[in-house]
Amino acid sequence: MTLATVMATIMWLGVTFYALFGGADFGAGFWDLFAGNAKHGNDQRKLIEHSIGPVWETNHVWLIFVLVIMWTCFPTLYGSVTSTLWIPFTLAAFGIIARGSTFAFRKVVVKTWQRRIFGATFAFSSIVTPFFLGTIVGAVALGRVPLGVGKGNEITSWLSPPCIMIGILAVTVCAYLAAVYLTADARRSGNMKLVAQFRNRALGAGIVAGIVSMGGILFLHTAAPTLTHGLTHRGLPLVVLSGIAGAVTLGLLYIERFVAARISAALAVVCVIWGWAAAQYPYVLGSQLTIAHAASEPAVLHATFVSLCVGAVILIPSLAWLYMLFQQGDTQAE
Amino acid sequence: MNYTSFATALANPVAARSQMGFSLGCHIIIACFGVGFPTLVLFAEWRAHKTGDPVYLVLAKRWAKILGLLFAIGAVSGTVVSFEMGSLWAGLMSHYGQVIGLPFAMEGFAFFIEAIFLGIYLYGWDKLSPKVHMLAGLPIAISGIAGTFFVVSANAWMNAPRGFSVIHGRIVGIDPWAAMFNPATGPEAAHMLLAAYMVTGFGIAGFYAVAMLRGNRDRYTRLGLLIPLTLAVIITPIQIGVGDWAAESVGVLQPTKLAAIEGLSNTTKGAPEQLFGYYSDGQLHDAVKIPYGLSLLAKHNVNATIQGLNAVPANDRPSNPLVTVAHLSFDAMVSIGFFFFAIGLWLAWSWKRRKEIPKTKLFLAAVSVSGLAAVVAMECGWITTEVGRQPWIVYNVMRVDAAANPEHGIQYGFYALVLAYVVLATVLVLVLRYLAGLPLELEAAKKYMKRHQA
Repeated sequence: MTLATVMATIMWLGVTFYALFGGADFGAGFWDLFAGNAKHGNDQRKLIEHSIGPVWETNHVWLIFVLVIMWTCFPTLYGSVTSTLWIPFTLAAFGIIARGSTFAFRKVVVKTWQRRIFGATFAFSSIVTPFFLGTIVGAVALGRVPLGVGKGNEITSWLSPPCIMIGILAVTVCAYLAAVYLTADARRSGNMKLVAQFRNRALGAGIVAGIVSMGGILFLHTAAPTLTHGLTHRGLPLVVLSGIAGAVTLGLLYIERFVAARISAALAVVCVIWGWAAAQYPYVLGSQLTIAHAASEPAVLHATFVSLCVGAVILIPSLAWLYMLFQQGDTQAE
Repeated sequence: MNYTSFATALANPVAARSQMGFSLGCHIIIACFGVGFPTLVLFAEWRAHKTGDPVYLVLAKRWAKILGLLFAIGAVSGTVVSFEMGSLWAGLMSHYGQVIGLPFAMEGFAFFIEAIFLGIYLYGWDKLSPKVHMLAGLPIAISGIAGTFFVVSANAWMNAPRGFSVIHGRIVGIDPWAAMFNPATGPEAAHMLLAAYMVTGFGIAGFYAVAMLRGNRDRYTRLGLLIPLTLAVIITPIQIGVGDWAAESVGVLQPTKLAAIEGLSNTTKGAPEQLFGYYSDGQLHDAVKIPYGLSLLAKHNVNATIQGLNAVPANDRPSNPLVTVAHLSFDAMVSIGFFFFAIGLWLAWSWKRRKEIPKTKLFLAAVSVSGLAAVVAMECGWITTEVGRQPWIVYNVMRVDAAANPEHGIQYGFYALVLAYVVLATVLVLVLRYLAGLPLELEAAKKYMKRHQA
């Protein structure tokens, strides 16, 4: 494996973690929106706030991680994608601004009308942001971004039915992950009514996500034959595994094995992300730019790799402490 | 060239520059608090346990709440900047991302550590012992410092580009370490780091000075003024020294920028220091002149020769109005610096005589103003360095025009962002005011301390 491929793999790991953790945060916002009125939805919103409060900023850094690795190790990829797709990037940025700030604001205010405004903005932007990030993924996966700065069409590259569908899929997957994660959190909090609510949502979102992705594959067949070929050949084992994991998750939810359901739900998402990577490999942009061509000079890759290894020594135990601290014995906190 | 492509070529660099300036100008204020505030919060918490005085804990808890709020805003406004590096400056990043990406990758890690430990710190009051809780706060303060260094090193590289060669338009021989540790990194990073502490210190002190002016003189308010103000005034003289170092380094590395800062048109031996005034028709008007001042300050030698603006062709240096902007921004920053120095002397004198904050309203008014003045000074510093480098985005290597994203409609993103940030700033101020109006949680603090004393 070349160093360029190693760096691409690390970047893709960042994408994966962002989807699994950041995605679940977005999904939590999705359920916040549909939690009902202030009185009815209070317990659900409390659980959501309690679950993502300590970790959402950390989860969010994965996105930054992906971007900085991309512009350091694959600068032409970053330049091509961000320039052509500047509109969905900007719209996602607005979503990110609205989401982070209103979540923080809602935490400190107490009046119902204030919490309502901030809460609604938070929840709405939790849907908008993954949607636009999804259209970006769609545009790249479908080969709509040509190589070069500002070489693509700034509208049609991403505003097309298949890209919109991938945006919707992103929102659905976020909602699915969040519901599965929150079911386990709800059980730890001991509120059985919440457990039932989130379990049903997880089942529903899982089914919808399955349908959307199946439909997606059929849709892609005409829109992106190259990608479809990759998904049905080199990526096939992962696509199949994703389907199996998704189905197993539904079963686990049904028999109320929520922690195991978390793992299999995450696995289903991981398989989609890596299935896409496998389908596209070794290309990073359409069929024009390979990992090797996009990569920076070896000295840069080497320096970045060494820095990441050193950073990981600090990062991994810190992350472990964060998640362990807030995943155990938090029943007395509220 | 048809009309549309001409309009795009003209508009995009301007729109991109406006948006970047605006969003970074906003982000940097919040980022300063992210860097400087954790130190103050931890100091207050440590004093609480050291002295057993619950008022310190009230301060620490309230400050931690505000820190959490500001950090969230900083996290999102920082993410916006990381998008803009491409959506606005794809030309720069697709060429030079590989040269200057390394410190950004490191900043990614610093930001991770900050976010992780902030989560632990803010939500861990009841889960951790006071000692572990304070220790969990330390990485926030440290990674803030590290993050400042990494990000500023990237900006320093734009001023003193190193670590690559351009052969036939291709960038080769990249040494990311040399790019990161370019000669401008030291003075610029030190200058910005101290500025972050000053913005935090004067900013918080200014807030409590307003409260004191309104007649609120309890211990909570006095400590709220004294702790950050002490930090800020101790740093001020150090910052003046570092500022001198930074200006000297600009003279060596970017002589055109120094000439713009000083409004010096012709290369001069024994150049005078020229304060204020405006630059037009190729010279500085209405300035106050101090003979030999510039040579003395920039080169520490009264007879030193200082390069003037005319030494480079007109289209390789800032235009006349931009020279005025860089010149006045610099003068404003330095003037505010000495205003801070005076505040520090006043406080030191009063403390030596009476162990008290000066009682006069004039002092409190000065401290109140200092909060805003610190932000103005810091922004002026950035305006000086960014405007003074024009028309280059990477000094003598790449022009702003070549760096901008050429796609259509960039300016609309800028308008929308201004609108969004105006709304955000308004709401932030309202929420901060609301937080400030909450009753002090002295009883809760006493309980917490009692619980952890046993």
